[in-house]
Amino acid sequence: MEAFGLLVHGFAVLLTWKTLLLMVVGLVLGIFVGVLPGLGGPNGVAILLPLTFTMDPTSAIVMLSCIYWGALFGGAITSILFNIPGEAWSVATTFDGYPMAQQGRAAEALTAAFTSSFIGSLVAVLLITFLAPMISSFALKFGPPEFFAVYLLTFCSFVGLGREAKHKTVISMSLGLLLAGIGMDTVSGQLRMTFGSAELLRGINFLVAVIGLFGISEILLTMEERLALRGHAAGISLRVVLSVWKDLPKYWVTLLRSSFIGCWLGITPGGAIAASFMGYNLAKRFSKDPESFGKGRIEGVFAPETAAHASGTSALLPMLALGIPGSGTAAILLGGLMVWGLNPGPLLFVEHKDFVWGLIASMYLGNIVGLVLVLTTVPIFASILRVPFAAVAPMIVVSCAIGAYAIQNAMFDIWLMLGFGVVGYVFKKIAIPLAPFTLALVLGNRAEDAFRLSMIGSGGDMKVFWSNGLVGSITTLAILLLFWPLIDRVFGGVGRLLPPPKPAK
Amino acid sequence: MSNTDIEIVVDDPTAPEADSPAVTSARIVDVVLSLLLLALALTLGWDNWRTGAAWDSTGPQPGYFPFYLSVILGGASLYGLVAAFLSRKQASETFVTRAQLRRVMAVFVPTLLFCLATQFLGLYVASFLLIAIFMRMVGKIALWKALLTAFVFTVAMFVTFDIAFDVIMPKGPLEAAFGY
Repeated sequence: MEAFGLLVHGFAVLLTWKTLLLMVVGLVLGIFVGVLPGLGGPNGVAILLPLTFTMDPTSAIVMLSCIYWGALFGGAITSILFNIPGEAWSVATTFDGYPMAQQGRAAEALTAAFTSSFIGSLVAVLLITFLAPMISSFALKFGPPEFFAVYLLTFCSFVGLGREAKHKTVISMSLGLLLAGIGMDTVSGQLRMTFGSAELLRGINFLVAVIGLFGISEILLTMEERLALRGHAAGISLRVVLSVWKDLPKYWVTLLRSSFIGCWLGITPGGAIAASFMGYNLAKRFSKDPESFGKGRIEGVFAPETAAHASGTSALLPMLALGIPGSGTAAILLGGLMVWGLNPGPLLFVEHKDFVWGLIASMYLGNIVGLVLVLTTVPIFASILRVPFAAVAPMIVVSCAIGAYAIQNAMFDIWLMLGFGVVGYVFKKIAIPLAPFTLALVLGNRAEDAFRLSMIGSGGDMKVFWSNGLVGSITTLAILLLFWPLIDRVFGGVGRLLPPPKPAK
Repeated sequence: MSNTDIEIVVDDPTAPEADSPAVTSARIVDVVLSLLLLALALTLGWDNWRTGAAWDSTGPQPGYFPFYLSVILGGASLYGLVAAFLSRKQASETFVTRAQLRRVMAVFVPTLLFCLATQFLGLYVASFLLIAIFMRMVGKIALWKALLTAFVFTVAMFVTFDIAFDVIMPKGPLEAAFGY
């Protein structure tokens, strides 16, 4: 029960007026970011990160994580009222959420979405509270080979399990790793890939790349589409909220199943998007009446929203415990940790107890405050969409530029951001995934250091990655995952060659 | 609490037409990008080879890790090049239509000019100009609204970042005249 005591301490750190105010500010900004087209969770967090540079780490992470929760809540608003998913993970919410709004049950659908988001993240936070300290204390025994094996596992699972064309994932990842290597080599102090440029000496900052890749490119992409909107306005009354909550116990199986899927997919790098679809499909499959899905069934809102939030939240677990982000946004929060001078990884739980438990406590509190906030302010946020995009777009560009400049006070970074904006636009259009790129860029140096330190330790012997049971099984698993599509195909082929099993009599 | 009628309507008068001709196909872009990536892989690979990509007594040299990454990148881009040539599906896919490209350029060009202006005039002046001109020219919004929005937003940013949070932005002659 040590975790419990520390959590209480975390709440004590949190319960000051200043922190609570930052929390509300973060949530409002986050919902704003989630509702606006052309901005999403990762962009919002990346753009607003500079605001936190002068804060102490605990206040900073509280505000940033609240932006993240807010963006998760905000995505549901546009899905239900306008049939426009503000985020990729709320696509599944539109299937039943929008039909409900069309039937005049918008308030009900929104309440269901917010409530299930809340439940999903609560389950994930509980998981983090009890599992993260255990994993991190286990990981304290890790040496460089183990860490490299874990990084390898992360990269390989992206290639093996991702839905995009494999070579495109490989391109995106190796490019990210290469760009991470630009600048001064941390082990030998030698310069690499700078081509004599003084600007490249600093290396390519991860956050600058993210702001360009997600912020600028998203605006370019949004402009391509027709921006007309037609939607329902909705206010939520207490009566509707209570009636939805009264029915909640009836759906406990759906909620539990989706929370479980979400937590699982959040920890493995796969993310909230897959989780929301899987939650929805499973709810449909196990339903007694699958035909009614897609026509405005409340379970069709519960299932994907719970899963999306559970996975979005549990993506922070590997980040806190191991220093490996489970999602794009988690990767940016990780970048934030480094800016504030904290070293992500298992030592965080030992060296910065206040910070970690403050963050975990803020997950509980932020979700409660967020739930109340969205339930009461939906009409205001829905009307944000009335603001024409021609006014929003330049403001986003300016915010991106401020964010990019503030990180290292370098004009060069603004140009870099613009370049990454174009790269992101082209990559998205020809389906090169950006998540592996982001992950590789943030983990690149750490992965390389781990690799080289293990090589120095073993005198250049690759067998060090199979030197004991733990590191050996992680490395083997990583290689298995890398070739998973191939293995799957071979086994599928063998299965087809064998005579088909006789039907049971 | 029933709101069956549509209550929020936003129109988009300058939306790209659906039947606009394609500028390029997805395949051409894929091929060009693969070639560019291949060139990048070769350049970086060569540079790392020069730095030293072998092993010495203490382990891998600084160029070792990035050198092999360049090899992987090069291999994957080669594969992508071949795959793009063989793909029939991509050949018929439109990368961007002319109307879409016009809209994308309507954002990209001002953004580019904004970056240039930031370099010489400072971020806040550039921000005011970008918002005001963009709203007026692209959004066709009334001039006074555009100017007011641009002014309020820029001042809000200045107060938030430079004054409240102490995050210093690039400044130009105008700020200098006010003593910042």
